[in-house]
Amino acid sequence: MSLLSVRGLTRDFDGLRAVDGVDLDIAEGEVRALIGPNGAGKTTLVGMIAGRIAPSGGRVTFDGRDITRLPAHRRMRLGMAYTFQITSIFPGLTVAENVTLAARRRVRGAVLGAAVTEALARVGLGPRADQVAGDLAYGHQRLLEIAMGLAQRPRLLILDEPTQGLAEGEIAAFETLIRDLAQETTILLIEHNMAVVMALAHRITVMAQGRVLAEGTPAGIHANRAVQAAYLGGGDAAD
Amino acid sequence: MLHLGLLALLLAGHFFLPAYHHGNLARIMVLASYAMGYNLLFGYTGLLSLGHALFFAAGMYGMGMGVQHLGLGAGAGLILGIASGAVVSALVAVLALRTIGVGFMIVTLMFAQAGFLTILHFGEWTRGDEGFVLAQAGRILWGVDLSTPGARYLAALVLFAACLLITLALVRAPFGRVLVAIRENAERVQMLGYDTQAHKFAAMVASGTMAAAAGAVYGMLFGYVGATFASVQYSILPLLWVLLGGAGTVLGPFIGTLFMFYLIDLSSGVTTAYMLIAGVALVVLTLFAPQGIMGEARRRLWRGLP
Repeated sequence: MSLLSVRGLTRDFDGLRAVDGVDLDIAEGEVRALIGPNGAGKTTLVGMIAGRIAPSGGRVTFDGRDITRLPAHRRMRLGMAYTFQITSIFPGLTVAENVTLAARRRVRGAVLGAAVTEALARVGLGPRADQVAGDLAYGHQRLLEIAMGLAQRPRLLILDEPTQGLAEGEIAAFETLIRDLAQETTILLIEHNMAVVMALAHRITVMAQGRVLAEGTPAGIHANRAVQAAYLGGGDAAD
Repeated sequence: MLHLGLLALLLAGHFFLPAYHHGNLARIMVLASYAMGYNLLFGYTGLLSLGHALFFAAGMYGMGMGVQHLGLGAGAGLILGIASGAVVSALVAVLALRTIGVGFMIVTLMFAQAGFLTILHFGEWTRGDEGFVLAQAGRILWGVDLSTPGARYLAALVLFAACLLITLALVRAPFGRVLVAIRENAERVQMLGYDTQAHKFAAMVASGTMAAAAGAVYGMLFGYVGATFASVQYSILPLLWVLLGGAGTVLGPFIGTLFMFYLIDLSSGVTTAYMLIAGVALVVLTLFAPQGIMGEARRRLWRGLP
């Protein structure tokens, strides 16, 4: 049975249909990439999955439970984690405190410190635990976001353009990290960098103009002519 | 340590301070307790209320009306005052927290104005603008006459110490850390699985109740209950004290209240245009220490200052 199941999910913004009747099923343990040109509705779709945006129609089921009407914080407690497209941390708090806030929903007391240390070590921010998060370099702030996601020990980790603005070397490290994470959690990844998508995803869903254009394995999507026309062949793939 | 040191210093002050400053400091400690309540919501949670006079007055009138019209003793009066503050702040929170930012400021301001006008409207019982002097019998708590300077100072210190220790415990607890996180980035807090609305609600009730406790004690110690304390001026004052002393620091409210009290006190001895001097000092301080006195101390001296 799929961990996340989306049926007919739709969202209108002032007459503009940003997401139009999307169906999506993600199996437990899968790494699913969501790609598509800018404005295809990817962020709106995951926003509805995570509860940040209320859908105009459709249904979201997580682990067999209808969560369409649940507020975001309740969904997170059910085992989702969400990292923002635009870096969203607590800039005035230390790195360790950022992760502590993320972990405390799950663990308390003595194990809390260990959970924080572990999450920071996995993304390589261990030595910077006591720095103020706002002082970190951009790439490190993105890693901090992922550490916060990890500390939640989610069953479904939603990453919205995690490699955006990262340098080449940082992207390579990120790929290793995600491959490692995929052993223990299901991942939904919005990503523009096609090399990253091809390397990481088990399956790819392509969106265009609010609809699902195609879905399949990386090899299948790569060969798909419709996708090439809409996306891979277009100027958008260049970034 | 710093906080216990301040409390010890204030206790020592009881024995060494000249009568004039002894009286001032009693008043400052009660007002600083009000400011600490305000700081919980503004400094730690990042919600700017312009209507805290409503909670201060709820405490003061809850206590005053109880003593005056229901014939309650001092202890029961204080409890009634604090309970009034809790109820009023919960009601206001339910409605005001549907808004954020400027909307929140305006809604809280409107509620406070409505409260102020209500007090004037029921002048028969509240004595309106004129206010009323609390009956002497209602100012005796456990056999201690709170209208004497010594008892008044110590009672103010007890309130101040309680508010200080409660604030310290709250901001160090996970609850307080979540409030700070809400101030920094509310949306992220929600996406970490916290119910931000519930946290804001709890912060507002804690803040309003602390303000009410200060209001009730103020009325009791100084023996007067009046509508001035419900006016917009008393909503602005705690904001100024907290800004001056350092929002989001435990000691900031006390430092700010102390500073502004003596600033006005000293400058009014020099000129009748004392508010001008106070105003200039405020502008200078905001320019050069935008995070307040304790905020600046935290930045320069000790980053871990709570």
